[in-house]
Amino acid sequence: MITNLTASERRGALLILVVMAIVGLFFAAAGRGDPIALHGALIMVVALAFAFPVMGHLYDPEPSADRLDTYYDDPSKVGMILTFAWAAFAMFVGDWLAWMMVEPTWTTGSAWSSFGRLRPVHTTGVIFGFGGNGLIATSFYVMQRTCRVRLPDQLSPWFVLLGFNLFCLLAVTGYMLGITQSKEYAEPEWYADLWLVIVWIVYFVLYLRTLARREEPHIYVANWYYMAFILVVAMLHIVNNLAVPVSFLSAKSHSLFSGVQDALTEWWYGHNAVAFFLTAGFLGMMYYYLPIRAGRPIFSYRMSIISFWGITFMYMWVGSHHLHHTALPQWVQTLGMSFSLVLLVPSWASAANALLTLNGAWHRVRDDATLRFMMIAAVFYGLTTFEGSFMAIRSVNALSHYTDWTVGHVHAGALGWVAMITFGALYASIPWLWKKERMYSSFLVELHFWLALSGTVIYVFALWNAGIIQGLMWRTYTENGNLAYTFLDSVVAMTPYYIARAIGGLLFLTGALAGCLNLYLTIRFAAPATEALSLMPLRDPVSDAVIQAAE
Amino acid sequence: MFKLHYRLERRAIGMTLAIICAASVGGFVEIAPLFTIDQTVEAAPDMRVYTPLELAGRNIYMREGCYACHSQMIRTLRDEVERYGHYSLAVESKYDHPMLWGSKRTGPDIAPLGGKYSDEWHVRHLLNPREVVRVSIMPSYAWLMDNDLRIDDLSGQLAAQHAVGVPYTPDMIRHAADDAYGQANPDSNRVAGVRARYDDNTNIRAFDGIADRLTEMDALVAYLQILGRLTDASNLDPVGKDLE
Repeated sequence: MITNLTASERRGALLILVVMAIVGLFFAAAGRGDPIALHGALIMVVALAFAFPVMGHLYDPEPSADRLDTYYDDPSKVGMILTFAWAAFAMFVGDWLAWMMVEPTWTTGSAWSSFGRLRPVHTTGVIFGFGGNGLIATSFYVMQRTCRVRLPDQLSPWFVLLGFNLFCLLAVTGYMLGITQSKEYAEPEWYADLWLVIVWIVYFVLYLRTLARREEPHIYVANWYYMAFILVVAMLHIVNNLAVPVSFLSAKSHSLFSGVQDALTEWWYGHNAVAFFLTAGFLGMMYYYLPIRAGRPIFSYRMSIISFWGITFMYMWVGSHHLHHTALPQWVQTLGMSFSLVLLVPSWASAANALLTLNGAWHRVRDDATLRFMMIAAVFYGLTTFEGSFMAIRSVNALSHYTDWTVGHVHAGALGWVAMITFGALYASIPWLWKKERMYSSFLVELHFWLALSGTVIYVFALWNAGIIQGLMWRTYTENGNLAYTFLDSVVAMTPYYIARAIGGLLFLTGALAGCLNLYLTIRFAAPATEALSLMPLRDPVSDAVIQAAE
Repeated sequence: MFKLHYRLERRAIGMTLAIICAASVGGFVEIAPLFTIDQTVEAAPDMRVYTPLELAGRNIYMREGCYACHSQMIRTLRDEVERYGHYSLAVESKYDHPMLWGSKRTGPDIAPLGGKYSDEWHVRHLLNPREVVRVSIMPSYAWLMDNDLRIDDLSGQLAAQHAVGVPYTPDMIRHAADDAYGQANPDSNRVAGVRARYDDNTNIRAFDGIADRLTEMDALVAYLQILGRLTDASNLDPVGKDLE
């Protein structure tokens, strides 16, 4: 892969890596006594591990000019392998945590493996490690094919992909070492946050440069979503993470905002991480892969416009529904609730658009587990957005908030929507990327599908029950007007549901591991594709038909 | 309208600007006024700051992810007020950078925890929760007792808090490490400094039960014992206006 880079790209890569290694060394040496030194050392080791192979190829000849006639897919390939790797790791940690809630002694006893430290490892690993790599890998793939142009250079996609993974690595190792700013879903400390800003700017510039070179007059709808994902995540990330570090050589920082202002900023961020990371980005994925795989154009172009702008405008108002009945002023709560309800319209417009696209292709849904992953994802997207709007109603939220219902809702979205659409997209792209006829084992894809679906259903049902029972137990009164249950009563009542949840998670994890195995077997042993499609020219007939009809 | 969009979607920069505009409105309308409307946070003249030891304990609370299972925000609901106490006021987390309201109650809310249990109870509970609460599913935090508290960076911690708006005086910042030591060592000569710089009612005792060692357990228990006690505002505010 390094030999595919041009000589100047190799020199650029080496320069970046050497600068990173020096910065890492500086923090490792000057930050002694503070956990930041460990991260400095980690950055240095990672940078050197990449610098040596680049040095080995520094004076290799220039790659052949034919490369410019095809798409540049090496970063997508590596990104997809990383997506599976993060899935296996983060879902394993998640299920471990689920079992800890059944039996709290099932831990190593060391600080790094305690529930409180591993919980953000799980959430960051799934959202950013698994989801983020899936988004980056597929966005490179989709932007080239919908713009019918090769990526403008070969270095910046690697910088984005590997830089993002360095951020994830700093995040999860940090939590285990005790480095966190404790803002939910934004736990990484200031230096990791700054690094992500750099990576993200390069990512968006890469997107704009690709769009600027495009051979299509229109920007395909999938790209609108990917653009919204990159742009708005940048806005959210920068505002929510404003903080003052204790010193330049300390891993610790103190949030700029406090109390009620911090709470709303945090949930403005938190809910829109759901909206623009876990929804917009994956809708971009869906708008490309679902029609391509079904062989049919998107049902309605107008519906996708309404849905896109509805989501982009309205989601930013709804974060305050996480703070019903709290010290947040009531008018903000009411505003958040109102927009949450209206938000159902654009959300269902997207879900319906996806499902109606499948009209005329239902026989393919039946026969093709990859397309079925995408179909079920659209169904769960519709269900979860409905549930979300419902839970945003103040009186419903009074029952559901602080309970496991919220956790169940999040997993209906994360497992049912995000993971399903990602696995569908990966199973569709992997044979094309590695020039194979198909995935090595269609049985394993089928097995993965059923494990994922049954795991999700068990998980979500278990936590619906758990959450509603918790909420009701907390508010039940005896005839004498006393609270009927102690808090501990509600803890004890959770045990069967926590066991069911852990089993559901285990099924989902097993499915993901089957996917990892299948990925390995496909790359290693699957029969190569024979068709002309495998050459992947800049125009391919299948996507031409689908994308043009969509416009 | 769709014609307009047909033209817009041919321009990458146009789409970029339109996305930024559409996505900026909500946050601006909801968040910006919270900084300017006076009623957002109640006035509480008696509000005191965290001592360096309590702040260190708060950092440990965040480091160990306690907020993932314990909320610090009692809602304005009748059952919550009866179970936990007066609903939380905005002013009570005025000096919380960041806030730790939490989003999940695997364990109970602990906003008003301070003074509810003895130090010894907290220490035993943190070492092995099931020793004091048989059916608890809380993890044990045995290392807190083994780890000496890091105090060399406490001045920096207070300075950073001051930079984001917490009214620490230069004197407090300078003596942060001494004050942390003094607060957990009632027989030391540094106690007088703590009393001079902080509130008269500051808890000064060996929180972990060991007088001559300053452990992470000292800091965390000191923090837990101050929860809900930084201001008396909630006692002055009558409960039960319109609880559901």
